[in-house]
Amino acid sequence: MSGFTAPALEYGHLAPLIFVFLAGTFGVGVEATVPRRFRPTAQLVLVAIGLIGALITTIGNWVGALAQPDTGFFIGVEGSLAFDGPTYFIWATLIVLGALSILMFGERQLGGGATPFTPQAASLPGTPAEREATALKLEHTEVYPLAMFSLTGMMIFPAAADMLTLFVSLEIMSLPLYLLAGLARRRRLLSQEAALKYFMLGSFSSAFFVMGMALIYGYAGSFDLGIVAEAITQGAGSYSLVVGGIGLMAVGTLFKVGAVPFHNWTPDVYQGSPTVVTGFMASCVKIAAFGALLRLFFVAFGGARWDWQPFMAVIAVLTMFVGAIIGIVQDDVKRMLAYSSIAHAGFILTALVGAAQGEAIMGMTSVSSALFYLAVYGLTTVGAFAIITMVRNEGGEVTRLSAWAGIGRRNPGIAGIFALFLLSFAGIPLTSGFIGKLAVFGAAWQGGFGWLVVVAVLASLVAAFFYLRVIVVMFFSDAGDEEDGVEVVMPSWRTTLTIAVALVTTVGLGVLPNLLLPAASMAAEFLR
Amino acid sequence: MVNPLQTAILEPVAASGLFQMAWLMIAIPLVSAAFLLLVGKASNAWGHLLATLAPIASFGIGLALFFQLLGASVAERTVEVPVYEWIGVGPWDVQIALLVDQLSILFVLLITGVGSLIHIYSIGYMEHDERRRRFFAYLNLFIAAMLVLVLANSYLVLFIGWEGVGLASYLLIGFWQHRPAAAAAAKKAFVMNRVGDIGMALAMITMFAHFGSVEFAEVGKNAAQFSPLTATLVGLFLLLAACGKSAQVPLQAWLLDAMEGPTPVSALIHAATMVTAGVYLIVRSGPIFDQTPVASTAVVVVGTVTLLVGAWIGTSKDDIKKVLAGSTMSQIGYMILAAGIGPAGYVFAIFHLLTHGFFKANMFLGAGSIMHGMDDDVNMRNFGALGRAMRWTFLTFAMGYLAIIGFPFFAGFYSKDHIIVAAFEHNMIVGICALIGAGITAYYMTRLMVMTFFGRKRWEHGVHPHESPGVMVFPLVVLAILSVVAGVAMNSWINGWLVPAVGGEEHTYGLLDGFTEPIGWLTMGVVAIGVVIAVSVFKSVPKEAPRGNFLERAARRDVYGDDINNAVVVNPLMAFIGLLTGFDRGKVDGAVEGIGASTSGLGQVLRRLQSGYVRSYGLTMVAGAVLVGAVLILGQLA
Repeated sequence: MSGFTAPALEYGHLAPLIFVFLAGTFGVGVEATVPRRFRPTAQLVLVAIGLIGALITTIGNWVGALAQPDTGFFIGVEGSLAFDGPTYFIWATLIVLGALSILMFGERQLGGGATPFTPQAASLPGTPAEREATALKLEHTEVYPLAMFSLTGMMIFPAAADMLTLFVSLEIMSLPLYLLAGLARRRRLLSQEAALKYFMLGSFSSAFFVMGMALIYGYAGSFDLGIVAEAITQGAGSYSLVVGGIGLMAVGTLFKVGAVPFHNWTPDVYQGSPTVVTGFMASCVKIAAFGALLRLFFVAFGGARWDWQPFMAVIAVLTMFVGAIIGIVQDDVKRMLAYSSIAHAGFILTALVGAAQGEAIMGMTSVSSALFYLAVYGLTTVGAFAIITMVRNEGGEVTRLSAWAGIGRRNPGIAGIFALFLLSFAGIPLTSGFIGKLAVFGAAWQGGFGWLVVVAVLASLVAAFFYLRVIVVMFFSDAGDEEDGVEVVMPSWRTTLTIAVALVTTVGLGVLPNLLLPAASMAAEFLR
Repeated sequence: MVNPLQTAILEPVAASGLFQMAWLMIAIPLVSAAFLLLVGKASNAWGHLLATLAPIASFGIGLALFFQLLGASVAERTVEVPVYEWIGVGPWDVQIALLVDQLSILFVLLITGVGSLIHIYSIGYMEHDERRRRFFAYLNLFIAAMLVLVLANSYLVLFIGWEGVGLASYLLIGFWQHRPAAAAAAKKAFVMNRVGDIGMALAMITMFAHFGSVEFAEVGKNAAQFSPLTATLVGLFLLLAACGKSAQVPLQAWLLDAMEGPTPVSALIHAATMVTAGVYLIVRSGPIFDQTPVASTAVVVVGTVTLLVGAWIGTSKDDIKKVLAGSTMSQIGYMILAAGIGPAGYVFAIFHLLTHGFFKANMFLGAGSIMHGMDDDVNMRNFGALGRAMRWTFLTFAMGYLAIIGFPFFAGFYSKDHIIVAAFEHNMIVGICALIGAGITAYYMTRLMVMTFFGRKRWEHGVHPHESPGVMVFPLVVLAILSVVAGVAMNSWINGWLVPAVGGEEHTYGLLDGFTEPIGWLTMGVVAIGVVIAVSVFKSVPKEAPRGNFLERAARRDVYGDDINNAVVVNPLMAFIGLLTGFDRGKVDGAVEGIGASTSGLGQVLRRLQSGYVRSYGLTMVAGAVLVGAVLILGQLA
């Protein structure tokens, strides 16, 4: 038996991951050792150190890599992580969006001194134990390490250069999220139902994913994305293994991005989860999952593009229209944003279908346009969910659309900001959403999918209608009888900061998109 | 037929001196709007005054630039003013720049000039509205967006303004949000405008894909490279966009409802400026329409149909604002018709657009003045004999009236006459339609005058009409003067000014041309007949509207605009969905929500798939996997 060789790890490049992961790990330690009343502060400090450290190292590594165009980008950690442009862009985006989302975990002013999370998850809803926990003002500060672990998974997922890492990171990302989804303070049964559904369907999709991996491994004899790509290009062996593998792995990843017909979990989970967690999922998970989807299909299955482009086009059309059309009839704001997120997944898929590479007319590849879209969409989304947490009555957040009637007259400022976010989702010029749509549609067009762009423009018209509907309800509808004390509560600095960042970026990147576009265009291609 | 005249190709020169300040025209009202919205109640007392100064300042700059252009040689009258680089990644490079040329500067003067007057007027009109500051902020926002639209150097920048004016119009139509009708009208305007926006988006995408640029100058240079089919498609896309914004058939239905907005808004946005954006778009896109006789003909047809339909609607409405709205549709129909004729008509389209901006704003503001004195009543059957009660309003309105019917030497006499002559030269049928339209215009406008200012009093109990305050009368007087002199002032000049920018034939028109051509006499004859008929029919006006003949009944229902939308778009979709589900049709009032209603029906169906059961979700996923597999296998077989 030969001796054990220690793997050569690039710790400097892994630093962002280490920061985030250690913040989570120490967070667990804090739970075990620090007295209860200091824990929220201690956790917040840990999260801050972890995320700031991760952001600095990510940007430092990226700048360093750009200085050495030949050797700066590489596949490291024994071939399991790709340190390339898209990875760095996604990491930076994830860290910023994660920070904005996690900041709101500690929002107490909205809930009358209580966080948005249940005081004691183990107590059954409606029992004396729950009431006691509430009276004692217990808090689950475990949410912070859970979010950090999930974030670790999200960062590895789009960077994974082999299928095993891909799968493991998928689970690291998902498992903490299943827990977080079930921790809502109000309407706990709905929240627990959401968590269970998310878990069961997530496991189901993972099964597809692993089966697909097995088929691809059977074909290529390796988990490495680069070797898979080579094998597919050479085309030896039974090609039906490839076709089956692509289809099954597509199901697994499309589930995570919420594409139709694998979207069913989205509205239920978005509605049931604590709104701050929904914001985290809607922005961060979507970015991570799209990053991985793009890498998988462009790197490993790039040679089989002609095989997957047709079904991806079908899925993109379905996703855009189902999201846009069902969104119209939703009477719950969170569910409506869930369908909105489905529709947006469809818009981003058009860039994937286009598979535009290199510098064509628009100068943005499929990858960079999709990443830009994800970043601006994520920023706007975090802000939109933050505003949802502010519309409340005595029983907590009120997400029934009818109860939002007339809040635009009582709080024109907040309702105006929400309307602006919605206009950005609708893609009105001078908002960041417009530039995003322009970029992804341009990528689809360059890839020769002009018809898909026409369909997408039509779908965005339909989607615009349901954003408009919310604006009409907020500003033009009379407050009905059932408003039962709905009001817009002013939050603490945490939520305020998140909304402010979202607002500034939504308008700022619409007026001055050049602040972010060049960064996205530097993340134009995956390393193979 | 392909027009022998060529459209001018833009060759902008770099901005220098005063032109570098052009962006201030947009920035001033924009900053003012943002300021008023952000400062809030603290500026209630003086906000409207600040807001009124903003367009006046822009007008001042515009006027200075205009004189600069007047002094420059023809080659230096097309000036490009870079503002900043909006998008710049590799070859994807979009500069935000303004284009100041003979065409856009006229628009600037119209928008800021008439806009300033309407701001002044609104000080009086909105005096008792508790949200007056907000109203003025929206008006400023509109001015800024409209200036972006006309000063844009590319379709993309134009599109920013295009959406901006749409947003401002939406906010202002629904300004009295406590009225359900206002909210519904705002929504309808938004949805129908979005349909037009699809045309705009598709046109831009096609241009971008072909030339890698959407700048007017680039597109103009390269338009000849379009294949006939592409050129036709782009032309039709642009026409769709113009139809949405300018309320042309088949996207006309929103404009009549838009009269729910405050009257100054109707005057500024829905008469003088925004609704003419479609005409501007088509004239700017001349090089594209040069390549496509099919699309050009479509433009002519749309314009002709709209000018008749709008006039027809005007004949039977009792709501004074709706008569004027129908008239606006009709007059814009004339402009679109002229623009469709090609380079031979562009100048006339713009000429009529300017004079129409004056006299129609004048009449809308006059209508607002009447409403002010009549407790916000708009029903002309409750008016009558107002000529004595409201002297100034009557006199100024009369100037607008004489201008629109084309009374000799008034503004409309010149601008409309050119269009009718050009229409006859283009095609006999189109010419006859334009001529008939002139007759109907005379008829419905005379009807309006008679019902409002003459005859006996039919006032509601307790209404005491009185003249409006000076701040409202002043703009009326200025616009009345313009309605009288604008034609004489511009008739001989505007052709030489605009031809280098938009194309066409250099020609000097005399002030008496209308009397030397048979068509001129014909037009005057038709107009006279219209006036005589109206005067004799409306000698006495019953308080209750008579049932009327079928033409009148059709006109009262907007020539069945909503019914056609429902019959063609909404109901078939609803029936289809009803077949699928038995969905309750009674719930949906399709008249307003067109697309929304029908797709929401579909949404209800799809929502049933969202049962809440994990097992059915799992099943859907399996079905999805089967779908993916099927497409993959089909791909392998193919």
